[in-house]
Amino acid sequence: MKTSLENKAIDLFSYLFMAIFSIFCIVPFILLISSSLSDEKAVQATGFVLFPKEFSLFAYKVIFQDNAIFNAYKTTIIFTVLGTVLCLILTSAMAYALSVKTFTHRNKIAFFVYFTMLFNGGLIPSYLLIAKYLGLRDNILVYILPVLINPFNMFLLRNFFKQIPDSLAESAKIDGANDIYILYKIILPLAKPALATIGLFYGLGFWNEWFTATLYIDNKDLYSLQYLIMKVLREVDFMNQMNEMQGVMANYVVPTNTARMATAVVTVGPIIFVYPFIQKYFVKGLVVGAVKG
Amino acid sequence: MNVALSNNKADSVVIKKKKKTFFSEIKQNFYLYLLVFPGVLFFVIFKYLPMVGIIVAFQDFNIMKGLFKSKFVGLKNFEYFFTSKDWLVVTWNTVYLNLLFLFTGLFFSILIALVLSEISSKYFKKVTQSVVILPNFISWTLVSMFVFALLSTDVGFINSVLKTLGIIQEGQEINFYSNPALWTGILVVLKIWKTAGFGSVIYLAAIAGIDQEIYEAAKIDGASRMQCITKITLPQLRTTAVLMTLFGIGNIFDGDLGMIYAIVGDNPNLYETTDVIDTYVFRMLRQMNDFSMTTAIGLYQALVGFVIVYITNYFAKKYDSDSAIF
Repeated sequence: MKTSLENKAIDLFSYLFMAIFSIFCIVPFILLISSSLSDEKAVQATGFVLFPKEFSLFAYKVIFQDNAIFNAYKTTIIFTVLGTVLCLILTSAMAYALSVKTFTHRNKIAFFVYFTMLFNGGLIPSYLLIAKYLGLRDNILVYILPVLINPFNMFLLRNFFKQIPDSLAESAKIDGANDIYILYKIILPLAKPALATIGLFYGLGFWNEWFTATLYIDNKDLYSLQYLIMKVLREVDFMNQMNEMQGVMANYVVPTNTARMATAVVTVGPIIFVYPFIQKYFVKGLVVGAVKG
Repeated sequence: MNVALSNNKADSVVIKKKKKTFFSEIKQNFYLYLLVFPGVLFFVIFKYLPMVGIIVAFQDFNIMKGLFKSKFVGLKNFEYFFTSKDWLVVTWNTVYLNLLFLFTGLFFSILIALVLSEISSKYFKKVTQSVVILPNFISWTLVSMFVFALLSTDVGFINSVLKTLGIIQEGQEINFYSNPALWTGILVVLKIWKTAGFGSVIYLAAIAGIDQEIYEAAKIDGASRMQCITKITLPQLRTTAVLMTLFGIGNIFDGDLGMIYAIVGDNPNLYETTDVIDTYVFRMLRQMNDFSMTTAIGLYQALVGFVIVYITNYFAKKYDSDSAIF
């Protein structure tokens, strides 16, 4: 009797807790979408809403009048795709070399990488290097070059490579294959789950990038999507500039609030769409990482 | 001819016994060096070269004169920072917020993992898990948009709900953006919102790894479900929890610039409770253009951080030898 009551209590708590926590996680998204689909005047009167009030697509019309979103999309897609590919190539190359047991100086090089996780020069020296000495200001490469290899990802991948039996590489070596051939033809195809996970980490890192733009980008055409959100939220002038395209009309209410939400919806869209497909990879990859430590 | 050959052989044996020369080493592992070279170059340029730039902290840096011609001023920049009251505020906020993030995150991640592992409906489990992990993939700038939608004084959702419920009247709206006392809590809630679900994955993996026979044996001995949770599951999660805590403490000196700057921005009303070392440095750079002082503060942070990471990693290694990264 007691156990069945206890069972029920645990079940009730578990389901209730997850239901509430899920609602807590999802409400901001609903708020965002509903508000973006509402009429500006209605929002001004009653505040942001959970259900669209006086349904209107005007906010979307306004933000697509301006090129800002299209440019930001273009820029973000370019550096996300290019960056992720480059990151994966360089990270896997280094991780593989460091996983080969016969490689004489691998521990020294590994420590050389590890040290950068312990100590860094800080924001200003990096800023001076990138902006002044490398001249990467207002260059799309500034999104990619400074983050090519994440030490943590590199070690994660190295540990994964270490698990692959040496005999595979050795037999290929006897057949005369060199290390680069072995990496791309034998090791990488075996490491697809790990590569997918790390690729997604890199990809999301690029997609969500805004800080680099704050420091190094002045050219409007090179804004990243997330930086655009910052601008739209913080700088009323910026929003008004986008609105100027609309021209001056009688009864025209500048849809500042709803347009902000619409901009956010437009940038978050792709993540929501790919999320169901990538989620299982993330969970799997993290489990691999967790077991490896 | 024969003699010559054997001589050569003897020579090569001698060479092998001696330390390998630089060139023979390169030749032997040529392709591996080729693979590792771009990575090493990357770390030299983007991680080690900035370390040279630390000398800026000891200079009165002038961007026109550059790194090697600016005037050397010794520890003056540090003196200035440590005699201002700012350093205590930002250091305290950094450590305090990180500790709050760490322990609330630990609590909710473990709770979510426990609760999920108790749920028998596969469908419910899958859907709710997907939903609670989702916020992890959203950028902090987007979160700042949510924050605006929720907390804004005139159009914010929370104020309008409070008004609808009659708790506050028109004109009594809570002005979140000018009330620093509320922000420690707000930041903690946001951090939980964004990371707790994803953080639970690691504990779920640990739970999945527990030997089922232990539970079966316990059930035969008459253990209740609650006893299974408190006496088996929770103790089994201890290693993971201790390690996550140690790693968290290792990073305790790193303020979350991406989060806090995206959400709070340059709102001086809220500095009192939200300004961390990283946001402080970033603001000094942009508003004062004071390269030397900001580098000095960055160096202070990097050095203390280094010591903390080193110590926690030492303990992590001692606690569980497989878990240290290196």
